[in-house]
Amino acid sequence: MSQKILSAIDPKLRVSVLSEDEIRRIHTATMDVLETIGVRFPSEKALNILEAHGAQVDRETMIAKIPGVIAEEHLSRAPSTYTLCGLEPDFDLPLDGSHSYLGTDGCGVEIIDAFTQEKRPSTKRDVSDVGRVADALPEIAFHWVPLSAQDCPVESRGLHELDAIWNVSGKHLQTESIVSEREMRFAVEMAALLAGGREALRRRPVLSIMQCTISPLCHDAGSLEAALVAAEAGLPVGFMTMASCASTGPATLAGNLVVGNVEVLSALVLLQMAYPGCPVYYAAAQTATDLRTGAYTGGGPADYLFGAATNLLADFYRLPLSMGAFATGAKQPDWQAGVDNSLSAFMAASTGADMLLGAGLLHGSRIFSYEELLMDSEIWNMLCATLRGIVVDDETLALEVIRQVGPGGHYLAHRHTLKHMRELWQPTLMDRRPYSVWEEKRDGAREWAREKAQKILREHPGRPLEDGLRSELMKIIALAEQLS
Amino acid sequence: MDEILQKIISALDEGEDEQISLLVRQALAIGFEPMTILENALVPAMTRVGEKFACGEYFLPNLIVSAEAMKQAMFVLEPVMRQRQQMLKRAGVAVIGTVQGDIHEIGKTLVGTMLSVNGFEVHDLGVDVTPEKFVSAVAETGANLLGLSALLTTTMTVQRDVIQKLEDAGIREQVKVIVGGAPVTRAWADEIGADGYAEDAIGAVEIARRLLDVEGII
Ligand code: B12
Repeated sequence: MSQKILSAIDPKLRVSVLSEDEIRRIHTATMDVLETIGVRFPSEKALNILEAHGAQVDRETMIAKIPGVIAEEHLSRAPSTYTLCGLEPDFDLPLDGSHSYLGTDGCGVEIIDAFTQEKRPSTKRDVSDVGRVADALPEIAFHWVPLSAQDCPVESRGLHELDAIWNVSGKHLQTESIVSEREMRFAVEMAALLAGGREALRRRPVLSIMQCTISPLCHDAGSLEAALVAAEAGLPVGFMTMASCASTGPATLAGNLVVGNVEVLSALVLLQMAYPGCPVYYAAAQTATDLRTGAYTGGGPADYLFGAATNLLADFYRLPLSMGAFATGAKQPDWQAGVDNSLSAFMAASTGADMLLGAGLLHGSRIFSYEELLMDSEIWNMLCATLRGIVVDDETLALEVIRQVGPGGHYLAHRHTLKHMRELWQPTLMDRRPYSVWEEKRDGAREWAREKAQKILREHPGRPLEDGLRSELMKIIALAEQLS
Repeated sequence: MDEILQKIISALDEGEDEQISLLVRQALAIGFEPMTILENALVPAMTRVGEKFACGEYFLPNLIVSAEAMKQAMFVLEPVMRQRQQMLKRAGVAVIGTVQGDIHEIGKTLVGTMLSVNGFEVHDLGVDVTPEKFVSAVAETGANLLGLSALLTTTMTVQRDVIQKLEDAGIREQVKVIVGGAPVTRAWADEIGADGYAEDAIGAVEIARRLLDVEGII
């Protein structure tokens, strides 16, 4: 992979929040629920597939009970490693178990304008602008469609969002806003066009798909059927549980993990039954319901623990994981956002989650902020450095250097310092200036982040598609609009 | 105060919904008037739960189990009251649901619970509800409040469709329409001709009361 993307590689630091025995117990409970309670699949298509492969299906309630052995057998067909591809191979992301990548958060509904600071509903132009900024940031490895293109027709909105990103960036694209079979067929067409055909798309999936489960223990018909279309085309598909302690999941963390695990696995089993060996991933963004308001904002110790625990589960099933991190209820890029996002990202990355989602959104994934995107990127940069850990060898022990400097003196002018100083992490948004300088300017991370975003927006043209492809993409969208 | 009323109060406080039905039946059997049970036990107990919630001692699940217990108690009381031609003073009749194409449930359910805690008769139609279903539920229940929840930018437009369908059915004037959900704003509410918008469940109750000129609870 190119140096154009910053990822956490083989973290030396490892957090372990569940023992092997505890993981087994969660697994056993999961299989019990899958087999004896079941999951609701409100789609005839899905139920037919499940039934044909040995699940016990109740057509009336639309609940399928999947025997544990059958679930395990189908899960074992899922590839444990594959690559998410960029339009440019330089941006390919091998999900090989040793990299963690950061993506933007997705599907926000409002944006704080980079220049006017006004908060307003998002448009297709915003999707493309955020796409350009994310394209320029090495910390951002892939895009989640960051915002909803609310000035585009409802029936083709998800397609316009893809179009907006592909027209400015060569990085891998993932969407969570296509939840109907019909729209997904057109999305596959668009991806195939860019990849150079259906077979090429299978080899180089430039698009991946995220769907949500509906906690507790349900799926959405549209999401399931859209996922089947994507899986058939060979696009990597993930299902994300958002089970929330005390409302859509048990109040206890272990129980919540079980509910989420059942939901995600049941969907992935369905995809493996339909298209054995298709690339899938585990996705999760569990949290604890705010007990005073019922809000689902993300953030807090439950999130941090889920971030680490879920990866152990995904590893147990040998599946790549996309973990919702960087989730916060903060309204501005502030202390709360900093604490939440640092800790959630740390816990998820220190267990080796393959994809981390969430840079840039505030207020429970609703409001996009450029400042926050830049700050989250700095957090990620810092974490990548932290996770690398400490290298201990002759060169780094520096015994000879210590001897030369001796007691007293300093290392400032030593060659060893010049040689290694650039390995030390350098901030771009942390304030380490003299007090008087701050006092005079009274600025800080937020202003610098905003300026950086504005500079990128002014100067980075993105990576526009050639005119031919551009108009072909628009033709597919136009067709989707005509046929709806 | 009588022991049985005291027991009803604590059953409501703890949200013991099975127990409370038994207790209310018992109270009726030994001769308590439904109005006495309501005014001396259920209403003050629910008010206290509301106060404890407001000051942070109780959490949402407390409120929800108590509201559920209240509902169970009313299931027992209402037929008796109807028999005796006693009228229950309701704050209003509300129909609520999440619009077609959208399955987000929790926010809508909380709004429903808060309305029912505050004396509204609530008909919760669930999620993924078609405009037609909303219109016929309003017509059938004679509701004077309609709550439309939408969490997706692609489904908020259905809120407008519902208002249009109410007009078409000639019952728009009968009902105050309030809207909410993640992408919904006051500006959107104005644009589609809704009567009110609230950002959370407590706000939903406030706006409902203001629109319908309601004071006090139950
Ligand atoms: C939890 C959640 C889910 C859960 C829902 C579980 C359930 N059983 O309800 C699950 C995982 C199933 C889910 C699914 C999806 N979700 Co979702 N979800 C959320 C999340 C994080 C929180 C919603 C929630 O429950 N909040 C807690 C409750 C208490 O708050 P609330 O709903 O806002 O309700 C309060 C107020 O809004 C108000 N209110 C609500 N309704 C009403 C009605 C009236 C009349 C009034 C007055 C007030 C009012 O009062 C409520 C109580 O205080 C939001 C983001 C967010 N923070 O809002 C995304 C969000 C709404 N989801 C989103 C998306 C994209 C989806 C999916 C399409 C993803 C997918 N690919 O599958 C699917 C939807 C499929 C479908 N057809 O509907 C996007 C929507 C963005 C957009 N572009 O439209 C959001 C904004 C997140 C994001 N940025 O990605 N989701």
